[in-house]
Amino acid sequence: MNQISMKILGFLLLLCGWIIILAAIALLPSQLSQISFVLMALGVEVLGLVFVSRAHLISGREGR
Amino acid sequence: MTPVRAPALTEMAATLCFVLVLLIPCAAAGLALINAGLGRFRNAAHSMLSALCVVAVAAVVYFGIGAALQGYAGQPAFALHATGKDWNWIGAGRFFLGGLELGGWSSLAALFGLMSVGVAAIIPLGSGADRWRLGSSCASAILFTAWTYPLFAHWVWGGGWLAQLGFLDSGGSGVIQVTGGLTALSITWILGPRRGKFNPQGMPSALPGHNAVLVLLGCFLAWLGWIGLNGAGVILFTAVEASRTVLVAVNTTLAAGSAALSVAAITRARFGKTDASLCANGWVAGLAAVSAGCGVVRPAAAVIIGLIAGGLVVYSVEWLELHLAVDDPGGSVSVHAVAGLWGLLAAGLLAAITPGKAPWQWLTQLIGIATLLGFVLPLTYGLNWLLNWLSPQRVAVEGERQGLDLYELGAGAYPDFLTHNEDFWQR
Repeated sequence: MNQISMKILGFLLLLCGWIIILAAIALLPSQLSQISFVLMALGVEVLGLVFVSRAHLISGREGR
Repeated sequence: MTPVRAPALTEMAATLCFVLVLLIPCAAAGLALINAGLGRFRNAAHSMLSALCVVAVAAVVYFGIGAALQGYAGQPAFALHATGKDWNWIGAGRFFLGGLELGGWSSLAALFGLMSVGVAAIIPLGSGADRWRLGSSCASAILFTAWTYPLFAHWVWGGGWLAQLGFLDSGGSGVIQVTGGLTALSITWILGPRRGKFNPQGMPSALPGHNAVLVLLGCFLAWLGWIGLNGAGVILFTAVEASRTVLVAVNTTLAAGSAALSVAAITRARFGKTDASLCANGWVAGLAAVSAGCGVVRPAAAVIIGLIAGGLVVYSVEWLELHLAVDDPGGSVSVHAVAGLWGLLAAGLLAAITPGKAPWQWLTQLIGIATLLGFVLPLTYGLNWLLNWLSPQRVAVEGERQGLDLYELGAGAYPDFLTHNEDFWQR
């Protein structure tokens, strides 16, 4: 996977994490199910951050 | 979701709030001095002028567009009706502060916004130091002030959907510090590292700041500014009595002090000597972290917030540089984004004095944190990437070699100093 698609995938994962949270607040009535969805969505966002960081690390190495 | 109303201010609270708001420019001055001191001497005048220009741009753009999009609690806003709830998304105020009621709560909130947006807009200058063109930093500040900052500020302070959920951020750990810190992260990614920072094997070399005195003086000014920022924020955005500002000042001081001590102890234990620039970063990280819960945590909790913020800064600065090759001369990402995110979570975990505090406050804080990472970071990165695509934000190689003072301004901050070129020797 090249660094541009890795970067795009990372940002999409960040956005997806946020959308999961919005959906959880809107659709889930109980606090406990909201907690599990919020924690899972944060996991998705962390994965997105890893992808974006790795993409910039690779482009930095190529620049050197 | 319940609509959020503006708190009613007594005449004494309004006067106190006005005085506190007047202290906020000290925070901007402090951050500008810290950024200038942590950069190289041949860019010092450029760094200070960039800060001044960014504050000027931020004030004008906020007056024109930002204040209208941010809106204020209880004022017209665009809301989406979904799943039986009203989601308040964006302010529907008039541009150029039209229709502002002078002397009321909204005029104080507008003044607070005008001052605090400048503080937030200065933050990315620390991460782009020594290589960010003056015109580009102003253009980036326009995008930040017209769109990124007002949108999130509306959600938290303008009666938006996060405020409706009960999100706690009275002094701006999220609205000011994390939005600025995430923009700083975007800028470091887009600009890339300074020349000579990393060798071909990817190992970083130390490029120390040129004036530790400026950096430490900046800390004292920032302290004063943060007391104004946190105190005014608590009066304006939290329904508590004005006398709570005493607690705010105590908490602000304790968090900054304990964060600086935490950094001093860690650097002493790890490197055998206390690191002045990291201690300064720790001090500001303590200020950034305590802002969210400064009016609702006990002093002992403020100490805990500061101690952890200080520890986070030391390890975050090192980790970002060594493992992610992020060149952030002013430490803005660690100080404002990382410590600010910790402060938001800590406010949810440690808030103790709020009447009727929700038992799931930490969950609401996590929702705010996820919004910053999942929405604000892609937004601010996308806007700055677009700007960079239209006109490259990084200065030319010659400008970096010569120094931005001479290259962009035509005169240096210290005309009697000799120029050293060792950063540009072939390695």
